[in-house]
Amino acid sequence: MREKVRVRLLANGKTHEVETYAMARLLDVLREDLRLTGVKEGCGEGECGACSVLINGDLVNSCLVPALQADGASITTIEGLAPNGHLDRIQTAFVEHGGAQCGICTPGMILAAVHLLQTISTPTEEQIRGGLAGNLCRCTGYASIVEAVKHASANILEPPQP
Amino acid sequence: MLREKVIGRPVPRKEGLDKVTGRAQYVDDLTFPGMIHGVTVRSEIPRGKILRIEYGPGIPWNEFIIATAADIPGKNAVSLILDDQPCLAIQVINHAEEPVVLLAHPDRYVLERARLAVRIVTEPLPAVFTIDESMSGKTTVWGEDNIFKSYHLEKGNVDAAWANADYIIEGDYETGAQEQLYIETNGVIAVANPHDGVTVWGSMQCPYYVQKALMTIFGLPAEKTRIIQTETGGGFGGKEEYPSMIAAHAALLAWKSGKPVKLIYDRAEDMAATTKRHPSRTRHRTAVTKDGKLLAMDIDFAIDGGAYATLSSVVLSRGTIHAAGPYSCPNVRIRSRAYATNHPPRGAFRGFGAPQSIFALERQMNRVSAAVGLSPEEFRRRNFLQTGDTTATGQVIREKVDLAGLLGRALEASSYQIKKEQFAAQNRGKQAVRKGIGFATFMHGAGFTGSGEQHLKSVVGVEATAGGRVRILVASTEIGQGTQTILSQIAAETLGLNYEDIEIAPPDTASVPNSGPTVASRTCMIVGKLVESASVGLKQSLIQAGLLAGGYTADAFRAACRSYIAKFGALRSFSQYEAPPGIRWDDERYQGEAYAAFSWAAYVAEVSVDMTTCEIRVDDFVALQEVGRVIHPVLAKGQIEGGVAQGIGYAICEHVVSKNGRMINNQMTNYVMPTAVDLPPIRVFFEENPYSYGPAGAKGLGELPLDGPAPAILNAVENAIGRPVNRIPLRPEDMMEILNA
Repeated sequence: MREKVRVRLLANGKTHEVETYAMARLLDVLREDLRLTGVKEGCGEGECGACSVLINGDLVNSCLVPALQADGASITTIEGLAPNGHLDRIQTAFVEHGGAQCGICTPGMILAAVHLLQTISTPTEEQIRGGLAGNLCRCTGYASIVEAVKHASANILEPPQP
Repeated sequence: MLREKVIGRPVPRKEGLDKVTGRAQYVDDLTFPGMIHGVTVRSEIPRGKILRIEYGPGIPWNEFIIATAADIPGKNAVSLILDDQPCLAIQVINHAEEPVVLLAHPDRYVLERARLAVRIVTEPLPAVFTIDESMSGKTTVWGEDNIFKSYHLEKGNVDAAWANADYIIEGDYETGAQEQLYIETNGVIAVANPHDGVTVWGSMQCPYYVQKALMTIFGLPAEKTRIIQTETGGGFGGKEEYPSMIAAHAALLAWKSGKPVKLIYDRAEDMAATTKRHPSRTRHRTAVTKDGKLLAMDIDFAIDGGAYATLSSVVLSRGTIHAAGPYSCPNVRIRSRAYATNHPPRGAFRGFGAPQSIFALERQMNRVSAAVGLSPEEFRRRNFLQTGDTTATGQVIREKVDLAGLLGRALEASSYQIKKEQFAAQNRGKQAVRKGIGFATFMHGAGFTGSGEQHLKSVVGVEATAGGRVRILVASTEIGQGTQTILSQIAAETLGLNYEDIEIAPPDTASVPNSGPTVASRTCMIVGKLVESASVGLKQSLIQAGLLAGGYTADAFRAACRSYIAKFGALRSFSQYEAPPGIRWDDERYQGEAYAAFSWAAYVAEVSVDMTTCEIRVDDFVALQEVGRVIHPVLAKGQIEGGVAQGIGYAICEHVVSKNGRMINNQMTNYVMPTAVDLPPIRVFFEENPYSYGPAGAKGLGELPLDGPAPAILNAVENAIGRPVNRIPLRPEDMMEILNA
């Protein structure tokens, strides 16, 4: 049961090989082995979405995924969104519209928003709320988050003036 | 003075960039060389005697660090108001999930198996779980009478008033426990040894509370007890007092092992073991004349404090003072008690007793208005406090207050009259979904109650750096509400500098003064005012030293700082709290200026009630308030929206289920908080009315938004279904009982 396995992960464009328990949570491997601590744990049971990451483009709760299952997969965490220090438009919108308060749900929430806008480029408010319903935030009442996503989606069509 | 440049502007949150990039370091993101992990073994029974502790087979116990009460170097008490709560239970258990044994080991997975192998052998004793059981006195579980604290407040002559009443209306109201549900659970890392003392990094609201508790537990002086707040993922009161407990546990394991110990609760443990909002019961008896003037209010307010005193006395105090609300009534009696039960101790949660008593009051006011035959809004208009009137504690309202105006604007913003008529017509048939609209009017006092701030004597510092920037020194923590940003705005405005020129020191008891706890809607109004006055002091030092002249530029300021530091070594300015003039408080009679300032509000909720599924949906929410000057429009709006969301959860979905004193729905799966699809648009409005003694005129606003949603929503539900609803949470199953009754 305590046998370790080798797992290869393509995280934020970089290949990592780690030795871990087959049933170790992807969340722990990302945080502890890869030191990608922007991935947060809120509940450990797939309810709050703080540990959301993109696996091959899908939005996934990394606390529910055994590391072995992610072998060979391409993973994006919050650290992968602004690799050169240039904020993604969603990150910028979160700063401007107060989408982050305590910040603990923010990485997961931003990744959920990224996934939403990749699926629907200009969502309605209802679609935004639906797209973020798997991510819990206790600080904002979601209002400023919804507003940030609205602005970010508008920016797809109208790039900000220089 | 120039036009304000920084106050009132939506400057970027100081730590915003770190938060949106995932760089912000919360305690669980930190790791120390040689660090091991800790866990807590807890009682399963609510009350009993500890007979012995058994360490089961199959575990290499010699690999573990094991700590019990016997390992505590100082006093076995989590020092707060009373020292009745042990750090680790010894001999007796007073609530389920009470900590008894601590374990540490390098491997978290091995640690969890070991935790399950420890057995606390107990002999159960009878336990009490409700206010009624505690009040009956059949089983004494705390002190002589199960009462942590009681207050009795009298204004005028209530007994003489009943005879003159045209109507006397009675009502009983209940509120449930509520979990703070910060998304980051409680956690700390401790390094400790007898030579250097104790250092703790952790998620917390009040570093100096943790320091005080650890000094008692370890018998150490302040200079050997160092507490550092790490980025904190929400608090809402839930990290006011509990961090003292978990910090002490980690520090004990570190003290015994000589290694850094990380202790992080998982969600289930955090929900089961840590504090909740106090459940309450309020009984109202109200005398009113036929033209709708309040004659007398007799209010009995009781809260369930759980097994130890913790903060119950002060939660009760705030609940007591807010129980009569923003109304002018000549005769008021409020009797209140905090009772002991065998639940895990209740504790601080945003609003701190006021949401409980205001819920009861605002339901009662609707019932009184119905009895008199007035609309709820007209009845309130006839009774609102005006400038010059006195509150229940005899406090004269000196500042301008215009509750009728606030209510009028909130009703207009929500199209209240139109909707009320429209819904009444719509609801006449046998509708599958009924609509309703309701409101609540209320206030919330900012800062500590009564003489609290005078006792705290908070200190704030500002210092110039060698680079000519200004650094704020406070123990007030950023927990998401915007402390760092608003305090920087206040300093920048006062010093005539740019927002970017201000930085804020990390809250570390070794390097910042005690600016008091981050609680009680006090950070902006009280601490912010101290930042303002310390900043004035800094500026005057430069002027008096002849290094700066009036009308200076930012560059001139920087040069002056550099010269001052070169000449004198350091430039610091401190400011200590002094009460505004005319503040007096009688702790015995509970009379006087309960709060230096109140924020005032009118909230309107529109709801749908599904008559088949019994679900309640909040369709629209208007939150209008007067909080003095708004320092930061985006952050202030965010505080209100978040507070309203928590209030909506409190009203219709958040329910703590306990069995034999243990929380059994201690998961996010079955303790239901609102998601993005459950909440309506929350429309926030501020009326600005600068407060004479606040920084740039600001008052407190953090807790206010928790007070209004529950009564506004239940008033709307009553409007929809035509039946009284007097208990929260009002879940579909509760609604079904009411509709079937």
